[in-house]
Amino acid sequence: MIQLVWLIPLLPLIGFTINGLLNKKMPKAFAGILASSMLAAAFGIAFKIFLEIKDLPGMIPTVKLFDFIHVGSLDIPFSFLVDPLSILMVMIITGVGFLIHVYSMGYMHDDEGFVRFFAYLNLFIFFMLLLVLGSNYVIMFIGWEGVGLCSYLLIGFWFKNQDYNDAAKKAFIMNRVGDLGFLLAISLIFVTFGSVEFTDVFSKAATLEIGIPVVTVITMLLFVGAMGKSAQLPLFTWLPDAMAGPTPVSALIHAATMVTAGIYMIARSNILYTLSPVTSSIVAMVGIATAIFAATIGLAQNDIKKVLAYSTVSQLGYMFLALGVGAYTGALFHVMTHAFFKALLFLGAGSVIHGMGGEQDLRKMGGLRKALPITFYTFAIGTVAIAGIPPLSGFFSKDEILAHAFAASPLFWALGVIGALMTAFYMFRLFFLTFFGEFRGTNAQEHHLHESPTSMTLPLIVLAVLSVVAGYANFPEIFGGKHYLQTYLAPVFAASVAKAPAQHLSHQTELMLMAVSVVCVLVSILVAYNTYISKKVVPEAEEANLSPLHKLIYNKYYVDEMYDALIVKPLYALSRVGHQFIEIGLIDNIVNSLGKIALFKGRIFNKLQTGHTTFYLFIMVLGIISILAYSLIVKL
Amino acid sequence: MMTLILLFLPFVAALLLLVVKGEGVKKLALGFALVELVVAGLVLKQYLIDPSTLTFTCFWITSLGAHLSIGISGISMLLVLLTAVLTPLIILTTFKHNYANPNAFYALILAMSGALVGVFVANDLLLFYVCWEAALIPIYFIAALWGGQNRIAVTFKFFLYTVIGSLCMLVGIMYLYLQTDVPHPITFEPHHSFDYNHLLALKLTFQEQCWLFWAFFVAFAIKMPIFPFHTWQPDTYTEAPAAGTMLLSGIMLKMGIFGVIHWLMPIMNEGFYANAYIVIVLAIIGVVYGSVLAIQQKDMKRLIAYSSIAHVGLIAAGLFAVNEQSLQGAVIQMFAHGINVVGLFFIIDIIESRTGTRDIASLGGIINKAPKLGVLFVIIMLGSVALPLTNGFPGEFLLLNGIFQYHAFLGAVAGLTIILGAVYMLKMYQNVMLGEVNSITENFTDLTITEFAVLVPIAAIVIVTGVYPQFFLDLTQGDVTQLLKVINTNIVTK
Repeated sequence: MIQLVWLIPLLPLIGFTINGLLNKKMPKAFAGILASSMLAAAFGIAFKIFLEIKDLPGMIPTVKLFDFIHVGSLDIPFSFLVDPLSILMVMIITGVGFLIHVYSMGYMHDDEGFVRFFAYLNLFIFFMLLLVLGSNYVIMFIGWEGVGLCSYLLIGFWFKNQDYNDAAKKAFIMNRVGDLGFLLAISLIFVTFGSVEFTDVFSKAATLEIGIPVVTVITMLLFVGAMGKSAQLPLFTWLPDAMAGPTPVSALIHAATMVTAGIYMIARSNILYTLSPVTSSIVAMVGIATAIFAATIGLAQNDIKKVLAYSTVSQLGYMFLALGVGAYTGALFHVMTHAFFKALLFLGAGSVIHGMGGEQDLRKMGGLRKALPITFYTFAIGTVAIAGIPPLSGFFSKDEILAHAFAASPLFWALGVIGALMTAFYMFRLFFLTFFGEFRGTNAQEHHLHESPTSMTLPLIVLAVLSVVAGYANFPEIFGGKHYLQTYLAPVFAASVAKAPAQHLSHQTELMLMAVSVVCVLVSILVAYNTYISKKVVPEAEEANLSPLHKLIYNKYYVDEMYDALIVKPLYALSRVGHQFIEIGLIDNIVNSLGKIALFKGRIFNKLQTGHTTFYLFIMVLGIISILAYSLIVKL
Repeated sequence: MMTLILLFLPFVAALLLLVVKGEGVKKLALGFALVELVVAGLVLKQYLIDPSTLTFTCFWITSLGAHLSIGISGISMLLVLLTAVLTPLIILTTFKHNYANPNAFYALILAMSGALVGVFVANDLLLFYVCWEAALIPIYFIAALWGGQNRIAVTFKFFLYTVIGSLCMLVGIMYLYLQTDVPHPITFEPHHSFDYNHLLALKLTFQEQCWLFWAFFVAFAIKMPIFPFHTWQPDTYTEAPAAGTMLLSGIMLKMGIFGVIHWLMPIMNEGFYANAYIVIVLAIIGVVYGSVLAIQQKDMKRLIAYSSIAHVGLIAAGLFAVNEQSLQGAVIQMFAHGINVVGLFFIIDIIESRTGTRDIASLGGIINKAPKLGVLFVIIMLGSVALPLTNGFPGEFLLLNGIFQYHAFLGAVAGLTIILGAVYMLKMYQNVMLGEVNSITENFTDLTITEFAVLVPIAAIVIVTGVYPQFFLDLTQGDVTQLLKVINTNIVTK
């Protein structure tokens, strides 16, 4: 089955091709079923491969299809790497992807672009699978840019709205900033290691000393790529705007899969990061800074999807913190649990928006638990999971990260806990404002309120179950757990562990840390309860009444405005100035003066003959050529 | 012999078109171009079996020692293919226009494609020069007779630029010619030659190489064009009729790049090495400069013209970085750029002929009315911004990789093209195609069958080249290896 791994990306590609080419001619019902079944089949194959490889530690089969680019010593095969890490990612992508496809059949049912939507989704899955399956950095880059394209297409899915198109464009361009870093990293990897193939690069890297400067440069450049794709400081502002896309897209691309590509990339290159403690600490710092920064913005947002978007940025920050402190398994553990509960929350939000007839403003919701019971219960599970309350999955994965962060530096841990209590606050704020209290929307909306169809609620239920149980994949030792995930992924991180063995905390310390974070989170939830349920506080309708600090975070620290003033406007000005002064004012002027000289000289001869200089010059050239051509023909 | 047919068929066809009367000129021209494509296909087949059978030499101007000497290398094969594929497509794009005096128009197009083939297959420097100039004449007339309002001033500028370049090159050619010393083919007395191999064997001093380098380089740089020799280009592209713009940007600018690879690099290799850094810096300035200027252009044609300066700048930088990756990248990018830019200019032509404007700000929402155009436009645009699995990626990747090996910082600066390229292309696409329709675009009709027949092959080439670039890389790998060997051994022995 391992040799058939190419079928996994091929299936969604087939789905894309059929839906994409037939488009309007494709019957709606069939388009959704086709797209979903392609993912179900891909998941099946991935699961079969998973069963095969989990008992074969140490063996890394590469499946080569053809030579993609082979120039001199630069040899880039189009090939796939089948190892525990790639297969784990494939299962998350196809599994969660399948559920979101099913959900979309209900959610997008009345959209005129229904078939096109599924074509794009399948194309996205294809590129995402290339990204995680590629056996070298270039194939990974293909997937990397490909998912960026699909993200662009799906954010701007409703292309009549130019605001959405702006958001799509912004996402693509900001990602390209990161992509340049990635591309330069690939070049430097090639120069340094003479190959871009993972197995070659990593086996050579394993022989190097810790702290070589070139590795630091490589890892920093790769991290720039990861910042773009995984929306870290300072390249994060595209992700909240990306919420312009249909909600299933936010769940699939901008929460569960694509945005975790940066984490995958660093986890894949773990040995390089282990060799560069400098980069690793930068990764950790950027991660925790993003986690806190985005969480504070999340506290003040009133759009249900924007809150979740900032929450995603913040959670991704935690994953980078994990990578930075060397907790690679912890990062992937959180990737997995986050994929479940964040997809659940987004789809739940989608269900609310669906029920509210397109409304996304928390201030217009309230008391929805009666009208949308399934959405309510599943959303509650998602909220508890992300807040980090045991025994749901988010608790275990976040705890693992925080424990490792404590071992690296207690400051990281303390900041992590602060972020966690903010997470709990904004999530419960959202939860209370949406499902409790009085309904605050219009009468028409109240009349329209309804629970979503089964195709939408069923994925919610499945994801809710996964959000509850996924923690047991890497159940901590202190509770008698076996660390299944860690054992499974061990071969991928073996070289890093050999270089820099992980520090272990004593069980008492670990328990104490857990207790502190759980207590903080519970207090935070109580505060939220007190504010939004007991006191029935509803966020201000007008921005003007906010306190300065509140206004600052409500406006996302004005980061967008800053970029506009510092980069966009100067670039546009440069473009105009360059055109006026250099192009026309300088170069063209010189050329035109030369032209005038030529014309002036020409006039002397004009006295002998009337006509244009150009014409005569041409006659001359023509003459020479006809002579030459004539002699040519004669010789033949 | 096959190469000879390849070379002369377009000229014969052009002459025939001049005497034919009646309505069918367009179709006849298309027919000839397709025959030429078939011949090119046969040449490719032969090339893959045995390239040496494709050389042909006979005396031409015996008193001068000039030969009609032609042959096919991997790189010239690729460019001949590009010419042969694009010529019928370009002719097909003109089907919706009714140009005055069609006989002359189509004869000029065919003559130009013949001259371009001549440039690519010539192994004799004089023949190369003749074809180089002969390619200039048709495009001059196409732009001057069928162009836009401002055509006379603009073509004069174009003419001035190219003539200056050509004259510099002519001086260089004469000098090189006089340095050769080979027996006269008939009398066996000491004599001169234009032959490629004789020129390769020349022992030139470093000083000679340097000034010869600049003499040739100016001609090639103007044609490509490299910053700051480029200001003729946006104007000419804008004023020329669509078919002329396609010929210029799709094929003709490759003459300059080909000249560098085939003549400049191996013959004046020391001068080449000595001046490479300056040229790379200029080229990379052009990459950034072209991209930045493209962002604020209001006219679609002008925007693509500036983007073309950026793309060609990257190719030029790759040539002068002289390593395997950068050279292969330059070669495959020449092919890709030719395809993409023709596709884009045709799309602009379609939009202009439907709406009467190329002004980006006044268009919008076209995709609502023309989804087919929208999809094909996206594919070709993605090729242009070098998205992986489109034809722009292998070239840009190899070029950036090669330039990075030459100089990491310059590689990083050149890499800005991937960001800026996305900025101007997506901006244009969004403003022209997306959003709501307005009064100008509300009656836009989707592609006709002929238009579809042009854009579908182009889109197909974009994807096929992007998914399996190795076919093209294999075609030119031998050449590039050989070229590097020649350059490097010459350096060592001298």
